[in-house]
Amino acid sequence: MSNPTNRQYTAEHEWVLVEGDVATIGITAYAAEKLGDVVFVDLPKVGTSTTYMKICGEIESTKSVGELYAPLDGEVVEINDVVVSAPETVNTDPFGAGWLIKVKFTTLPELMSAEQYDALTGEG
Amino acid sequence: MPQTPLHAEHARLGASFTDFGGWDMPVRYSSDLAEHEAVRTNAGLFDISHMAEIFIQGVGAAAFLDFSLVGQASLIENGKAKYSLICNNDGGIIDDLIVYRLADESFLVIANAGNRDAVVSALTTRAATVGFNGVSDKSDDYALLAIQGPNATKILQGITDTDLSTLPYYSIGEGTVSGVKAYLCRTGYTGEDGFEVLFSSNDAVKVFNALITEGAVPCGLASRDTLRLEAGMPLYGHELNLDVNPYEAGFGRVVRLERDDFVGRAALLELSNNTPSRKLVGLIGEGKRAARADYPLFADSESTVQIGIITSGALSPTLGYPVAMGYLATELSEIGNTVSVDIRGTRLPMTIVKLPFYKRSK
Repeated sequence: MSNPTNRQYTAEHEWVLVEGDVATIGITAYAAEKLGDVVFVDLPKVGTSTTYMKICGEIESTKSVGELYAPLDGEVVEINDVVVSAPETVNTDPFGAGWLIKVKFTTLPELMSAEQYDALTGEG
Repeated sequence: MPQTPLHAEHARLGASFTDFGGWDMPVRYSSDLAEHEAVRTNAGLFDISHMAEIFIQGVGAAAFLDFSLVGQASLIENGKAKYSLICNNDGGIIDDLIVYRLADESFLVIANAGNRDAVVSALTTRAATVGFNGVSDKSDDYALLAIQGPNATKILQGITDTDLSTLPYYSIGEGTVSGVKAYLCRTGYTGEDGFEVLFSSNDAVKVFNALITEGAVPCGLASRDTLRLEAGMPLYGHELNLDVNPYEAGFGRVVRLERDDFVGRAALLELSNNTPSRKLVGLIGEGKRAARADYPLFADSESTVQIGIITSGALSPTLGYPVAMGYLATELSEIGNTVSVDIRGTRLPMTIVKLPFYKRSK
């Protein structure tokens, strides 16, 4: 699966889609496939502060536990209730309906382009 | 890293691979959960050719195995199988095995891939002790496929001339699969009915694909692990290791002390006379967060004194709640007792239950 070019990426396999001062964050298809079937997601509460590259949530599959790293400093303004009640959405649509959290931010750190992320994961 | 003769087939089917027992093995083809469910409701096909096949043959074979293992191989009827353990002199478990009796003085021992060298070495040393020379490690010559699930018999029957209804649980027969000479064993590691089929590795691709054509679903080791966990079956390296003895692991019944000398007997006799300080237990939790291997156990949510450890755990795909196995201080291991597990900093209660978690309806 190719990585959408309309967003940015982290080395920890999160994607970040910026619209105004809100970033929508999820994990990439590559990460979802590595994890296997996602059966539980633990997301930060709305209002929580996030810190760049600090763990802010967990994504569990039958086989292992993946950590969700905050790709930027900010405040959680929304979490995706769909993935909380149907965690498999992270596998079926990681770049769409399987998004995890929305974070309001003031400054954006330097993240990877889709091209750079493709190179990291050996795709493209 | 060694590969089974089916590695290219697995890759062609889109498998992801993982290191298991030093082998590059398929962890899943598409979905762990779908593969798990295929075994519970239909039939799954596992390539377990990484496992070790050791033949024990010749005059004195039965007596040699009686000396080498904690169980009594000489009591197994021809054509039947028995679960056993091979222990060291201290009673520590070198491996768990299935012993199949092919004839009076002919046995097949199937050992874990990661323990192949340890088991072959222990058997060879013990053979020298008793003057037996019929131990032969044939692991590289054979492919081993497991076909497991309620439809396993129907599917395997499609490619064999052996009437599978003549093979009861824990038995072995000789026949053919897809025209290839094979041993057909009614054993498995999933908690379902099914077979393990052993045949020349040269024919692996042909038989594997024939079973898929008959309707078997290729399954990876991720689903094999959740299936065996639900069935309460131990995995060497998790529930069993050299520092664990059979009594702690709940396998006292496998040890036959009422006989002459066998390796580990003195130590096991002494262990059998004392209550073990820890016991392997089954634990269930609430919610969706799984207690996983190496997470510590405590008497209650406040206690900071560790009283046990999880050895395997997952959110049970069949049952929908977390299940785990682990070692727990014996005085706290009573069925129904509740303990506390530390899941990455969060304490959650878990209740001790009788194993297995899942039992198929017959």
